[in-house]
Amino acid sequence: MPKVTYIEYDGTEHPVEVPLGLSVMRGAVGNNVPGIDADCGGECACATCHVYVDPAWLDKTGTPVPGSQEASMLSFAAEAEFNSRLSCQIAMRQELDGLVVRMPQGQH
Amino acid sequence: MTAQLHDASSIPLDKIDVSDPQLYQDDTYYPYFERLRREDPVHWCPESRYGPYWAVTKYKDIMHIEVNHGIYSSDAGTGGIQIEDQPKDMVRPSFIRMDPPRHDEQRKVVSPIVAPQNLSNMEATIRERTGLVLDGLPCNETFDWVERVSIELTTMMLATLFDFPWEERRKLTYWSDVAIANVNAPEAPVHSEQERFDELKKMAETMAALFNERAQGPPKFDLLSMLAHGEATREMPLLEFIGNLTLLIVGGNDTTRNSMTGGLLALSQFPEQYRKLRDDPALVASLVPEIIRYVTPVIHMRRTAREDTELGGREIRKGDKVVMWYVSGNRDPDAVEDPDSFIIDRPRPRQHLSFGFGIHRCVGNRLAELQLRILWEEILNRYPVIEVVGQAKRTYSNFIHGFRSMPVRIPMH
Repeated sequence: MPKVTYIEYDGTEHPVEVPLGLSVMRGAVGNNVPGIDADCGGECACATCHVYVDPAWLDKTGTPVPGSQEASMLSFAAEAEFNSRLSCQIAMRQELDGLVVRMPQGQH
Repeated sequence: MTAQLHDASSIPLDKIDVSDPQLYQDDTYYPYFERLRREDPVHWCPESRYGPYWAVTKYKDIMHIEVNHGIYSSDAGTGGIQIEDQPKDMVRPSFIRMDPPRHDEQRKVVSPIVAPQNLSNMEATIRERTGLVLDGLPCNETFDWVERVSIELTTMMLATLFDFPWEERRKLTYWSDVAIANVNAPEAPVHSEQERFDELKKMAETMAALFNERAQGPPKFDLLSMLAHGEATREMPLLEFIGNLTLLIVGGNDTTRNSMTGGLLALSQFPEQYRKLRDDPALVASLVPEIIRYVTPVIHMRRTAREDTELGGREIRKGDKVVMWYVSGNRDPDAVEDPDSFIIDRPRPRQHLSFGFGIHRCVGNRLAELQLRILWEEILNRYPVIEVVGQAKRTYSNFIHGFRSMPVRIPMH
């Protein structure tokens, strides 16, 4: 099963196996990884599953389509960066095996 | 004849009108929504004091509207966000009553004040004040929780957010009450739209003086300074200035005030949950979002359809008034298990509609949670139990789910 490493704001690492097709958000929530709130439950309707994708993985995850709901919600997130994504919008694929994402200081 | 005079189970469907503010003051609205969710989840109410409107009652349909802001407009010019239209010459735009792109520009001016770093900077101050307010409460004596705790704490918070003159801070509470008042309620601070407008103009005068002062100085980290220096907000017309300040004042205190009251009431109605909390104070983390769901401080938000569309199998026409009843969506058994029970250790407590979703989602949501978390941590540190000893009086409103007073008593310990 492909693996994702979630890194908390304080540096704590959580390596987790995430089934294909499941979102990176679900992988965190289902394994009690702290730092991802996912208030809306994966509807792309809040920005509380905000992560920074490790730049080395950005080619594979891609960035939000300009004008999309994800881009719009991210524009309201605190401290959004070039590599920000909503983790509910990244579906697990084989080529993402080894993905590294970092969490912001807080979700809001 | 108004809806509450009928039995909710026998009244003809097309006569169900959930907009009557009396239903919320009397706390008798539940069976109407229960029936609508079951029999007519996207409900057309052909006649009400606010004209015809759609009542949307299921969690998933509300979520659909929230994320489709291109179809469902919040713009003040098309109708705004309340079932009751503001009088045409008194329409007060604010970023909650705007669609993109202006909404986005103005919201981003103020949102840094509730960013995670700033919240953590504010935590010690909030905790100290909360402790002082709680330490000043009498024991073995009945007092009003709303006045002594809920209003006091949220007004202090608001004064800090605006860097408003400390000794005059109760003006903020007054303006907040003026802004949300239903002018038909006998206990309202204003009794006509004109009177409301005049009072809000006085607020604008006071605020404009502070705003101009802040504009002259270097940028600071308070809401008035941020508005005065923000490109999208530094030159607002009077009505928009009033609108945005009202939004920040009401959003910044009233909803949290009512959650501080409603949370204690809920714990007193579910004593086994209160016991569970005392036995494990770590449950404050999930208690707080459950309070916010259970209380649902904003009763509804309204949108206006920009085009013909479809919702839950019903045909919505361009121009229709579409009302999302958060009080109903938060009690939808298809979204929340056993929704009428107050359960402080739910597995996913933050999946509720109280903050809204999509681009208009409450900007202060995490600040509200922080204030409530600190309040309950500090209460549990001091008082094993606070008893609600009489009827809580609720606000006559179909918009803000408020409490005017709630008598409580802290037994000597």
